Amino acid sequence: MNERTEAVSLPAAATIAVDITALAEIQDMVRACMQCGTCSASCPNAPAMDRTPRSLWRMLLLGLVDEVLESRTFWLCSACYSCTLRCPRGLPLTEAMAALKRLAATDGRAADRKRGLFYEDFIRNVEKNGRVRETELMLHYFLDMRDPLLPLDYTPLGLKLLRKGKLRLGGSGQRGRLGPLFAKVREMEARP
Amino acid sequence: MKYSYYPGCSLESGAVEYDLSSREVLRLLGVELAEIPDWTCCGASAVEPVSRLLTLALPARNLALAEREAPDADMLVPCSACYLNHMRVERECEADRKLAARVNEALSAEGLSRSGTVRVRHLLDVLARDVGPERVGQAVVRRLEGLTVAPYYGCQVLRPYPLFDDPERPASMEPLLKALGVEVLDWDMGGRCCGASLMATKRAAALALVSAILDAASEADLIVTVCPMCQMNLEAYQKEAIRSGGRGRPVSVLYLPQLMGLALGLSEDDVLLGKNMAVTDALRGKLRAPAAATV
Repeated sequence: MNERTEAVSLPAAATIAVDITALAEIQDMVRACMQCGTCSASCPNAPAMDRTPRSLWRMLLLGLVDEVLESRTFWLCSACYSCTLRCPRGLPLTEAMAALKRLAATDGRAADRKRGLFYEDFIRNVEKNGRVRETELMLHYFLDMRDPLLPLDYTPLGLKLLRKGKLRLGGSGQRGRLGPLFAKVREMEARP
Repeated sequence: MKYSYYPGCSLESGAVEYDLSSREVLRLLGVELAEIPDWTCCGASAVEPVSRLLTLALPARNLALAEREAPDADMLVPCSACYLNHMRVERECEADRKLAARVNEALSAEGLSRSGTVRVRHLLDVLARDVGPERVGQAVVRRLEGLTVAPYYGCQVLRPYPLFDDPERPASMEPLLKALGVEVLDWDMGGRCCGASLMATKRAAALALVSAILDAASEADLIVTVCPMCQMNLEAYQKEAIRSGGRGRPVSVLYLPQLMGLALGLSEDDVLLGKNMAVTDALRGKLRAPAAATV
């Protein structure tokens, strides 16, 4: 509870391990928000969100970092770009949602790491195979999530795809092809 | 008409019917495709939540390859997510030279670089504007009379870059569909999000979106799509979506070039109709009826 109160009073939230530069970049993306709510009204996923996009931007600018990162809102963004298209200020709102996912996944909260796992597994799969190998991707995802019931959710789809001959089990001809590019990007992103 | 062709990972597996029917229909329409050799994944919508640079470097690699192979050809992309990822490199690097240099620095790991000569084009854009409905009409050998089609565009083909159509009320498929002889359903769900990227992580939210689209299309014989993610969402999760609260009934979902192929004289096998996960018996019956016969 203490931590929460402190985060409220300290804008850039020095008490929690948030990447302050990344946070400032996201705040800049929505700095000109005038709280018209067009984004919330345009969002197809708003009914499933705990905060509307409009209030998320306001909380972000007020420095309520804990509240923002604890929200499910940005995890529910399906990147349809309706908000970005209609924003009268021309703000890159979909990009800001993706940036919040990036921030939350590196911020060290266990729940967020779990939410970001699918994306991480996806990227590992691409790095290894050059092209996505869905079957392998889903197997790794199930193992990483450590939820024995999760695979059951996907069984009907898996069976449908299998019946249609759409599940590919072999490797890719592009295996290892992206190693050098990934290494280079990692090196570049690690620079101060 | 000649294009560099970027199929994307889905078109090698779950969406083989989109790949094959696109290639066949374009061939019948006199369009030449040269697949980009050595292409790799564009990052889909899963890389942006992890790395900002990688989300540009991955598609930039394909653009650099396309540029090396055929610097004057546009790059044709059938998948909307792949299209947006490549388009974003084009747009962002054009607006920000520092970013362009950074992307090229990443590409230098493979001795590649991108100067920006290759234009990225969606399959629908090429069909609607380069080929055009007139040419499609001339190539039709079997008018598909008696079918009502709901054109589904999805999100990323027109958002955030509305290059060839109105992203709020898209209509670019209509003249193409009318050229095939079908009726076009008047609905306003064509540009609504189907929640594709949430299906793996937030199933209930995605199902609600799918139900709404299927409900709105229940007067149509089929929905046509131009994106493997939209297709998968609308066909594979259809039963679940209807069960979870939708009022809709089962609707067939085909890729646009599959339907075009049938009108251009290809057989159901030629367009791999057997690979689709939602094709109703009623549609099969109509497709086989002698009424939908030769022009």
